[in-house]
Amino acid sequence: MHKTTILSIGLIAVLAAACSGGAASPSAAPTSAASATPAAVVSTAPSVAPSPSPDACAAANLTLTTSGKLTIATDNPAFPPYFAENADGHKTSPWALGDPTNGQGFESAVAYALATKLGFTKDQVAWVYIPFDNSFKPGAKTFDFDINEVSFTPARAQAVDMTDGYYVVNQAVVSFAANPIAKVTSIAALAPFRLGAQVGTTSYSTITDVIKPTVDPRVYDTNDAAIAGLKGKQIDGIVTDLPTAFYMSGAQLTKGTVVGQFAAPTGANAEHFSLVLAKGSSLTTCLNGAIAAITADGSLAAITKEWLSDKASAPVFTP
Amino acid sequence: MTSVGPPIVRRRRSRISWRATAIALASTVVVAGGLAWVVVNAPGWAEVQTDFLNGPIFWASLPGLIAAFGKNVELFLIAELLILPLGLVIAVMRGLPGPVFFPVRLLATVYVDIFRALPGILVIFILGFGIPGLAIDGIPNDPFFWAIVALTFIYAAYVSEVYRAGIESIHPSQDAAARSLGLTRFQSLRHVVLPQAVRRVVPPLLNDFIGLQKDTVLVSFIGVVEIFRTAQIKEAALFNFTPYLAVALVFIVLTIPLARLTDWLVARDKRQRTAGSAR
Repeated sequence: MHKTTILSIGLIAVLAAACSGGAASPSAAPTSAASATPAAVVSTAPSVAPSPSPDACAAANLTLTTSGKLTIATDNPAFPPYFAENADGHKTSPWALGDPTNGQGFESAVAYALATKLGFTKDQVAWVYIPFDNSFKPGAKTFDFDINEVSFTPARAQAVDMTDGYYVVNQAVVSFAANPIAKVTSIAALAPFRLGAQVGTTSYSTITDVIKPTVDPRVYDTNDAAIAGLKGKQIDGIVTDLPTAFYMSGAQLTKGTVVGQFAAPTGANAEHFSLVLAKGSSLTTCLNGAIAAITADGSLAAITKEWLSDKASAPVFTP
Repeated sequence: MTSVGPPIVRRRRSRISWRATAIALASTVVVAGGLAWVVVNAPGWAEVQTDFLNGPIFWASLPGLIAAFGKNVELFLIAELLILPLGLVIAVMRGLPGPVFFPVRLLATVYVDIFRALPGILVIFILGFGIPGLAIDGIPNDPFFWAIVALTFIYAAYVSEVYRAGIESIHPSQDAAARSLGLTRFQSLRHVVLPQAVRRVVPPLLNDFIGLQKDTVLVSFIGVVEIFRTAQIKEAALFNFTPYLAVALVFIVLTIPLARLTDWLVARDKRQRTAGSAR
């Protein structure tokens, strides 16, 4: 008993010393290099990032995870309309639903458009499956950039590099047509309903910050789990981004409906999707340049129109 | 507890003991210090420090996490109150002798086999989403309710095995003696076997109770917002893993005193029993 106590005290003392020794330099190393990148610049229209020199962003000169390949990450399953299944039904391992490698679906199309702008051929693009959480964990990244409907927030940009936006996103509520929530037309009227969202999404923040419901929202790991909750009448509606809401009501729910969408965000605070890169990645400025280029030549608008064009048909909530 | 032997032997013993302690301490310092040195000098240490050991985020998230922990406390207290009697009933069912009780024994055995075989998260998913999905009138669809049901089912299976081990550890002569005094089978079980059996299994029961406390985080998967989910929300909002560290701390602060309490209970029980026999 005696000895154990002394040993424990000694151990704690050593650990405490180790911790305090480390804490002396709290945020020194990882952030210093990154301040040079303009990832924190928020704008609806992507700003034209001044690239150091045209050559630095040429495919041959980029520092890549796998040399000669642009490795792009996304989550699996990759859901429509951001990714699309192959028309003939074949699957490319490991992709369970949408197949990122086919260039179909909004994010796949954007990824290939960006890769082309950087000078990669379609064969030089490799896709890897990275769960959402793993895209921002510390340590070496196994991808060059991650495209996974990640909304930009300044707090997130502290941990990783986030590019300028490639899509301005607005949130929507989806439910069954038979649920009383389906008749709601204003944000205030949503408050008494039990809502659900996927954990860690800006959809969840929409519930807590915009709707401010009178009953606690339920939070799920995936949108699929939220759908299970909706089917079990554990929630009245799911808050998600508008394109996903249309996919849910059309493909995942029978007699589902998009109750409404929140007014399209504008200005500097507009919520937008950004690519995620390792903090301080040399690719960030190059991708910002590529995003600016596909915006300027209209190809981003064409891709958006092709894959996310249902936008107009959902009513906008009044305050 | 007191040292025996002549004073000179006692002194030498104490000297040896202190030397052993000093060596153990020095060796611990070297090992722990070496490990700490390796960690602190790892190439990713600075990054890990910002992402996992972020002081400001830790202190900012702790109050919210402790508040959310109330949900876990509710879960494991209610579930434990249901688990203890249910586990005992199953254990007794499994121990009923004679061919008449075969179906009862079979039922109890199948129950224990199934719920010990299934990963807890599956039981929680199936009960939490599956049964409300049936949309039967009168059956609650509250995920909190189904979380408690799922945890109770899972842990009752484990706890029943603990009780059974306790019951089987009581020598058959105890039961035989009780029966020879004219007690019925039930009276013998109630007044002779179970009191001794339950006392013996208090430590493993507390062990399962600690397991239950930790497994309450699994119910976050069916939409119950408790401490783990709250940490996950903060993590994804900040892209920082420090809130998980705060959760770990809350669980450690809860379970370590409980483990010491178990040790103390066992020691006290042993003292009381051996004190009787020493007289």
